[in-house]
Amino acid sequence: MDLNFTPEEQAFRQEVRRFIDDNLPAELSRKVLEGKRLTKDDYLTWHKILYRKGWIAPSWPVEFGGTGWNAVQQHIFDEECADAGAPMIMPFGLRMVAPVIMAFGDAAQQQYFLPKILSGEHWWCQGYSEPGSGSDLASLKTRAERQGDYYIVNGQKTWTTLAQHADWIFCLVRTSTEGRQQEGISFLLIDMKSPGITVRPIIMLDGEHEINEVFFENVKVPAHNLVGQENKGWTYAKFLLGHERTGIAAVGRSKRELKRLKEIARRETANGRPLIEDQRFRDKIAQVELELMALEITNLRVISAEREKRTPGPEASILKIKGSEIQQSLSELMMQAVGHYALPYSPEALDAGWQGMPVGADYCAPLAGHYFNMRKTTIYGGSNEIQKNIISQMILGL
Amino acid sequence: MDFNFTEEQSALQDTLRRFIAKDYGFERRRELACSELGFSRDTWRQFADLGLLALPFPEEYGGMGGNAVDTMIVMEAFGRGLVLEPYLATVVLCGSLVRDSGSEMQKKTILPAIAGGELLMALAHYEPGTRYELNHVQTTARPDAAGWVIDGAKSVVLGGPWADRLIVSARTSGDARDDAGISLFLVDRNAAGVALRAYPTQDGQRAAEITFTRVKAGADALLGAQGQGLAALARALDYGIAALCAEAVGAMAALNEATLEYLKTRKQFGQPIGKFQALQHRMADMLIAAEQARSMMYLASVKADSLDAAERSRNLSAAKAYVGQSARFVGQQAVQLHGGMGVTDELNVSHYFKRLTMINATFGDADHHLGRFSDSLLAA
Repeated sequence: MDLNFTPEEQAFRQEVRRFIDDNLPAELSRKVLEGKRLTKDDYLTWHKILYRKGWIAPSWPVEFGGTGWNAVQQHIFDEECADAGAPMIMPFGLRMVAPVIMAFGDAAQQQYFLPKILSGEHWWCQGYSEPGSGSDLASLKTRAERQGDYYIVNGQKTWTTLAQHADWIFCLVRTSTEGRQQEGISFLLIDMKSPGITVRPIIMLDGEHEINEVFFENVKVPAHNLVGQENKGWTYAKFLLGHERTGIAAVGRSKRELKRLKEIARRETANGRPLIEDQRFRDKIAQVELELMALEITNLRVISAEREKRTPGPEASILKIKGSEIQQSLSELMMQAVGHYALPYSPEALDAGWQGMPVGADYCAPLAGHYFNMRKTTIYGGSNEIQKNIISQMILGL
Repeated sequence: MDFNFTEEQSALQDTLRRFIAKDYGFERRRELACSELGFSRDTWRQFADLGLLALPFPEEYGGMGGNAVDTMIVMEAFGRGLVLEPYLATVVLCGSLVRDSGSEMQKKTILPAIAGGELLMALAHYEPGTRYELNHVQTTARPDAAGWVIDGAKSVVLGGPWADRLIVSARTSGDARDDAGISLFLVDRNAAGVALRAYPTQDGQRAAEITFTRVKAGADALLGAQGQGLAALARALDYGIAALCAEAVGAMAALNEATLEYLKTRKQFGQPIGKFQALQHRMADMLIAAEQARSMMYLASVKADSLDAAERSRNLSAAKAYVGQSARFVGQQAVQLHGGMGVTDELNVSHYFKRLTMINATFGDADHHLGRFSDSLLAA
């Protein structure tokens, strides 16, 4: 047993770090580290830099354009990107729909879609949740009726992250109402420019536009955009949910946020001393750090099991629960650290180019919004309560 | 990075698992705990035969040259078996102190005797009124013509009643809470002036309050450099903390298995109680707590051998705090989920709970170590 990275892994880390140092634009990383609003172009800029290097798809098999890295290398890459303040790589295309297309799509779908996911030409979004189908996803009602060479889609998806940027949406649709509800679901790829699609913003509690409702009214979808077999979509959806493991714990990002929390706690003052000298507050930082230390090792345990091709199990649920709780605690403490300066609401200060005078210290403006925003983490991707159901059934056998 | 055990370590783990299952069942353990002696000398001999008592010592002193990960494997198994024998006191604490600080002569006489199962030892360090402060030592050792004269009182000496020899911390200079001036001495348990009040502990083990009144020790009784004992103690206790973390993780694993089994078999309202979501989620939380504690146990064991004292103690405090919090949660909830059965003496659940509770109180509880870890943030 050895918790140290091997010399090869350390050399790999150095290589990654050097590349990021040389290629990540400084103003972009500053935006990320300062919690500023990111544009579609910001995300795509970093995406294309990695694409040109051949590093955009660490989790893909080499034959499809992946890097061939093992799980530990992928983890190191994620950690270095997070630490440097690189924009998050959107998972919807690369980590969600692509594995499904690779595993269940036909050759034509693979040849058409995968290169465009790699290059960033196609921005994807996820059409899963509906107003009446959240945790009970299999009850979804958006209908797709086969008419000749097309499906006609009617219904509504919701909580669709960054649908305003998306070129394509992968959707779970109902193609049959017979048998168990899981058995009538299909996996359909839909062009967002299709007539009959309407995207309506949902403004979140932090005042930001991150998620959307997507309406489908008699949308014509070519039948060859069906992935795999009709009525087998639930199987593919479960495959997708179980597939995305590396990164679910958000260890790299949380380590970066912990560093930021400590910096803020050193700069803020209480009773004439740096806030970090306040024992009651410092103990709270210490407590989150303990949680993060444990999660980092738990995450590495899961990752090494994957590296050795032992079947990754539902341990991902543990990572999701702890990872989300830690992200929430960190954001809460950062907000708490600035005291009254949590109060001012100045959305304009989140724009990178804004030249105005900040209220309070320059790091204050995004903190409360970030705290409010992070409440989503225990809700999305299968709420933490659903994760505990998964643990109960899949690990504990209850 | 590698979470696998070596072949030898896997074999050790299998051997211990078989031993606990076959020779250290709960009823036998209960009889031992209630016996006059409180542990089994036969078992101790078996440990010697298995090489467990030689594990962390260099080969030249009859040892196996093992590291803290090997000790972790032993202690995790002992946690599952609620083992009573004084492995922590004799091998982990005193053995490592002699190994790391002893003179050639001390190592040559003591380590093979421990490894062979002939010598039991105990560490007499903490004193009444000092809680978990490592540097708070009021016991004194004064030089005299023949060596040293020791006076003072030591509290809750683990395994004290069984020890043939003690390692006693005493002040050779400075004030009660100075870091410098603490020295370590090897003292015979039967030396004149050593008075021992033995008692059982809440978890079925044995400990003692020990007083030293004009106890004479030879010049060769000094263990390590005079006045420099604190660093050696800190290192040995960090090693002990890593061992306790492993014992706690073993006990938590056993408790979680017992609780899961109970949820599947106990029926109320016409169905196994494990069908109720309130209990399912609690059990999921217990699993998460135990897995996270296991991660911290690995960290503790890997860092326990670190020679960078600040780095070592920072990580060991993190582990002890976290494992303590997890153990408290798992222990309390295991009792809760067993309902009335959980609060009986009959079932092993309460015995695991009591051991976990006492582990938390030993060498600094979760609050103490969270505080130590927290203070290390100021230095960073």
